[in-house]
Amino acid sequence: MRFGAGLVVLLGVVLAAAVCLGSEKLAFFDLSDAQATILYDIRLPRVLLAACVGASLAVAGAGLQALLRNPLAEPYLLGVSNGAALGTMLAFTIFAQTEWARPLLAFAGAGAALFAVYRMAQSRAGMNVERLVLSGVIVTTFLSSVIVLLTSLIDAAKLRSFTFWLLGDLSQATRGGVYLTLAAAVAGTVVLSSQARALNLLMIGERDAFDFGVEVKRVRLIVFATTGLLVGSSVAASGSVGYVGLIVPHLIRLLTGSDNRFVVPFSAVAGAIFVVAADTLARIAIAPRELPVGAITALIGAPLFIWLLRRN
Amino acid sequence: MLKARNISINYGDFAVVRDVSLRLEAGKIIALLGANGAGKTTLLKSLNGGLPLAKGSIFLGDKDLSEYSRREIAQRIAVIAQEAETKFPVSVLEFVLAGRFAHAAGFGWETANDLEIAADCLTRCDLAGYEARQMNRLSGGERQRVVLARALATGARVLLLDEPTANLDLAHQALMFRLIRERCATCESAAVLITHDLNLASEFADEILLLKNGALAAQGTPAEVLTEDNLENVFGVRVLLDENPSSGKRRVTTVY
Repeated sequence: MRFGAGLVVLLGVVLAAAVCLGSEKLAFFDLSDAQATILYDIRLPRVLLAACVGASLAVAGAGLQALLRNPLAEPYLLGVSNGAALGTMLAFTIFAQTEWARPLLAFAGAGAALFAVYRMAQSRAGMNVERLVLSGVIVTTFLSSVIVLLTSLIDAAKLRSFTFWLLGDLSQATRGGVYLTLAAAVAGTVVLSSQARALNLLMIGERDAFDFGVEVKRVRLIVFATTGLLVGSSVAASGSVGYVGLIVPHLIRLLTGSDNRFVVPFSAVAGAIFVVAADTLARIAIAPRELPVGAITALIGAPLFIWLLRRN
Repeated sequence: MLKARNISINYGDFAVVRDVSLRLEAGKIIALLGANGAGKTTLLKSLNGGLPLAKGSIFLGDKDLSEYSRREIAQRIAVIAQEAETKFPVSVLEFVLAGRFAHAAGFGWETANDLEIAADCLTRCDLAGYEARQMNRLSGGERQRVVLARALATGARVLLLDEPTANLDLAHQALMFRLIRERCATCESAAVLITHDLNLASEFADEILLLKNGALAAQGTPAEVLTEDNLENVFGVRVLLDENPSSGKRRVTTVY
């Protein structure tokens, strides 16, 4: 509990710092009109979106890892992120004028990718984790090539922003996007927390969970649908920010143990901290130019991950 | 309390269990014996609804097993399976508390009662002081006892045990059987267990089902089932029979 309170305080500090720092330094009081516009229309939506995206991806990762009994499971590994990315790209090219088409098609893409992976992973003897991960890799690479095909069809001016977006880009934050991802992040965290004890049993083994009273199929469906919602909404808003779903739950488990009733909500807060901090770095590192936030999370995440892997 | 009537189970076109019936009454222990691949584990898995039946029916109390939810079944039937490895660090206490899942409500926080039951079951299984230890750092025998503690923590009256004494030393084998026996005698419980140890089955079981290629080769009391003919038929080994000098129960000695 003290750990959770500490995380929330840290999130507050990081949020405040992220709002103040940037190519235009802002104080909280005595803002000029121009500064107020920057604060309310640009900086604040962006920082809040970063927090929601971080929370969503970390919670999705925590849920999938427990469900699939694999500490390396991640929205990417299962093709969910690429499905959402493809959905968003289609919305960009076909329904460019309709704002709500992006999250809708992203969710549909994430859902379709998960469904495809899930169906491929099922065999007569039921579903095993190795098969699932393998199917995930196949769907991921297939979707990647479709995305590459699509990007080569669009014109050069759009191409750069797409490449940026594919690496994870929070600069397009809008208020609508913030509301949507916030709603998804909160709903997803609550739903997965409500399944946390079932996930604790599933983490030990599907057979065990079944024997001790878990409706395995129902929990699996709930976790898949929730993950699709979380990843779909964050990819639609910010592209593919990598490593969050992998690193954050891993760190939380190292610090607090494997009980998902703690891991899920703590991952939400820690994921928000991680992405807000990474995005602030992305904004100020080579200001006034910017880096895609996904590049920063990968730069921090990959070495950290190797370190964690060697440590175990 | 648990009745299986003429059940058959298929894997694809292959019949793994054929036309087996059993009737488990309170206080009773049934042992499933047979060679490897005789269908013992498959039969045991089906008894809590874990495998679809090709034929026959299973009744828990006076209702068909399929009319219960998973949670309701888990409150009534506990399982000790051949254990799975976990890649996540899980403490012994967390593991045993998983046995209380079927009794939890809402977001699933344990009550003081759950914690008390878990502590009590750990003590009974000779595991007091192990609460904070990590499951994947325990020896095979210690883990097996934690698995038993979790099954006891469910409070279920039917216990299904798949080789509960594998990995256990002599003292803890005896402890395991004493606990199961005691639970069956005092809490109106009953157990179905798989074992390869014919003498343990002879000592502790009230009834033995001897399986050969998925079908019953013999069914009855240990004295009725553990005969030279039956054992030679099922295992293809010659045995000598006499009495255990301390308990007076039948004792089986293999002739090598």
